[in-house]
Amino acid sequence: MPTFADVLTPEFDRQADAIIARYPQKRSAILPLLHLVQNACNYVPEDGMRFIAKKLGLNMNDVYETLTFYSMLFTEPIGTYHIQLCRTISCYLCGAPQIREHLEKRLGIRPGQKTPDGRFRLSEVECIGACSAAPAMQINFDFHEHLTPEKVDAILDALP
Amino acid sequence: MQTKLLTRRFDTPNSRSIATYLADGGYAGLKKALTGMQPAEVIEEVKKSSLRGRGGAGFPTGMKWGFVPVNSPKPKYVVCNADESEPGTCKDRELMEKDPHQLIEGLLIAAYALLSKQVFIYIRGEYWYLIAILEQAIAEAREHGFIGKNICGTSFECEIVVHPGAGAYICGEETALLNSLEGYRGHPRIKPPFPAVAGLYGCPTVVNNVETFCAVPHIIVHGGDWYRSLGTEKSGGTKIFSVSGHVNRPGNYEVRMGYPLKQLIEEDCGGIRGGRKLKAVIPGGSSVPIMTAEEVEQATLDYEGMAKAGSLLGSGGVIVMDETTDIFMTTYNLIRFYNHESCGWCTPCREGTDWLLKLFKKIARGEGTTADLDTIRRLCPNIEGRSHCPLGDAAVWPITSAMKKFPEDFLKHVKPATAVPSAA
Ligand SMILES: NC(=O)C1=CN([C@@H]2O[C@H](COP(=O)(O)OP(=O)(O)OC[C@H]3O[C@@H](n4cnc5c(N)ncnc54)[C@H](O)[C@@H]3O)[C@@H](O)[C@H]2O)C=CC1
Ligand SMILES: Cc1cc2nc3c(=O)[nH]c(=O)nc-3n(C[C@H](O)[C@H](O)[C@H](O)COP(=O)(O)O)c2cc1C
Ligand code: SF4
Ligand code: FES
Repeated sequence: MPTFADVLTPEFDRQADAIIARYPQKRSAILPLLHLVQNACNYVPEDGMRFIAKKLGLNMNDVYETLTFYSMLFTEPIGTYHIQLCRTISCYLCGAPQIREHLEKRLGIRPGQKTPDGRFRLSEVECIGACSAAPAMQINFDFHEHLTPEKVDAILDALP
Repeated sequence: MQTKLLTRRFDTPNSRSIATYLADGGYAGLKKALTGMQPAEVIEEVKKSSLRGRGGAGFPTGMKWGFVPVNSPKPKYVVCNADESEPGTCKDRELMEKDPHQLIEGLLIAAYALLSKQVFIYIRGEYWYLIAILEQAIAEAREHGFIGKNICGTSFECEIVVHPGAGAYICGEETALLNSLEGYRGHPRIKPPFPAVAGLYGCPTVVNNVETFCAVPHIIVHGGDWYRSLGTEKSGGTKIFSVSGHVNRPGNYEVRMGYPLKQLIEEDCGGIRGGRKLKAVIPGGSSVPIMTAEEVEQATLDYEGMAKAGSLLGSGGVIVMDETTDIFMTTYNLIRFYNHESCGWCTPCREGTDWLLKLFKKIARGEGTTADLDTIRRLCPNIEGRSHCPLGDAAVWPITSAMKKFPEDFLKHVKPATAVPSAA
């Protein structure tokens, strides 16, 4: 996993500036910048937060305070594949509990945990906007819908 | 039967490219507004259409636009609410995925009507793949002179920025969204002032749902009267319903306002899976009261019709449950959702949803008594109407309506409370 020092190239810095330039007030860039750092590092490390604070003229507290409000942002490595299974009503009605059991068995972890090799993290999340294609999950940003245990196996087997 | 207006291009090959959008008559509404109408005339047309906000509250769109002060010395903003996180709702996602230019055209017409130069699309972080689709469409629109300076050869100028959220249901509430867009935690603000008067950075701001903006080009091209005539007198036009749960053909369906709910389920969605019987429907996303099969019989899909049938139209997320469904368990599922999504700002919602969840957990473990059901009944009115924002109410409505309409599903999970003295 790259460290923030690896990630912070002139190109990265330029991208950050381009994001900030879109907003009438700099602080608005905080979420897009947190995503930028997380997508590059797999999580938001402390020096990433410091970088954002400095860019936006904020202190670390401001950045940390905002970050911790949002469920998609992490301050520790997420893992290579973040499996986010929807547990909300439409998915629940269409078999999400069975999919969860299957994932738990196959990965040997419970929601909120990571496999020891850091390859998978399993999360149960709330409605991801795939209700008409329930049950559904996201792996990182990719949607997988109309899930069955067999389909889940095929999806996981196909991951590089 | 569907009446496809906003969804009419969904099956067109390459529907998201500007070439097919233009070939299908796209951007004619924008050109018509910019070259032939005053901003006030655009607002007038939207008022005539009786278009009501598709985000759930159903507030008249034209009236909302009319509240924006015309001569404000401050800049004005147009914000598209693409946070779509109401359980059961997945229409905005398809609108953006299949026809992004329809949304962009609606946003530009709104910006012109309000004399705003800056539009933000606040999109939930989970819809990451849509950001690339929207940005591609924005780039195409810019190449064709629809975004930037001198749009359609006029003096109108406008920019559109796509802004990602990062996982928080509450950021769909418009004032929480504005705080989030300003870079803060997504806690709601007190209304009034409404965003139309003091919104983003304290400036006049119109926040509308994706589907609301998508209707605007059609209103401008065909006229407000025509659009209204598609629906009922008070609920104009068409509406997209996301049907999920135990139906044979779940999906997004666009129908005329006033369409019978039963027909949507039975005909369009092919009825209940496995030939089973209908037990209940949550018709407008998880925040609205549940309906019994009996209430579904006569219900029509418009704001007035749904209120008459004992629920609300809400965001149009129709969640269908067959006779095997345990309404206690689905209600438990929803209170867990609201507890998880409570932003923690105010005590009635933060603590109240915690207590409710604890009681539901206890009952689900088989340790509950009828006294626990009484406690739940007493807790609800201490949250409803006493919270800082409507999420507190939304957490309670599914519970109170389910307990009233499906009492047997709750009673079968608990023991009599004979030995347990009930608290005062
Ligand atoms: N689409 C989704 O994912 C979700 C939708 N909802 C829906 O949200 C609804 C509640 O939304 P709220 O924004 O709290 O409703 P609201 O009734 O406070 O406001 C509706 C809209 O009208 C505007 N408005 C109302 N009165 C106004 C006035 N006097 N002057 C200027 N503008 C005015 C508001 O600014 C807002 O844009 C619920 O009915 C629920 O169905 C809830 C959760 C998620
Ligand atoms: C808890 C909560 C969540 C909401 N989430 C959304 C949402 O995800 N999308 C949306 O368009 N409106 C949502 N709303 C409604 C907005 O506050 C606002 O009424 C809407 O964006 C206005 O647009 P409209 O008039 O076009 O419906 C939510 C409201 C509440 C109380
Ligand atoms: S009602 Fe709930 S979501 Fe709304 S402000 Fe209070 S704690 Fe936050
Ligand atoms: S309830 Fe699972 S995607 Fe909406």
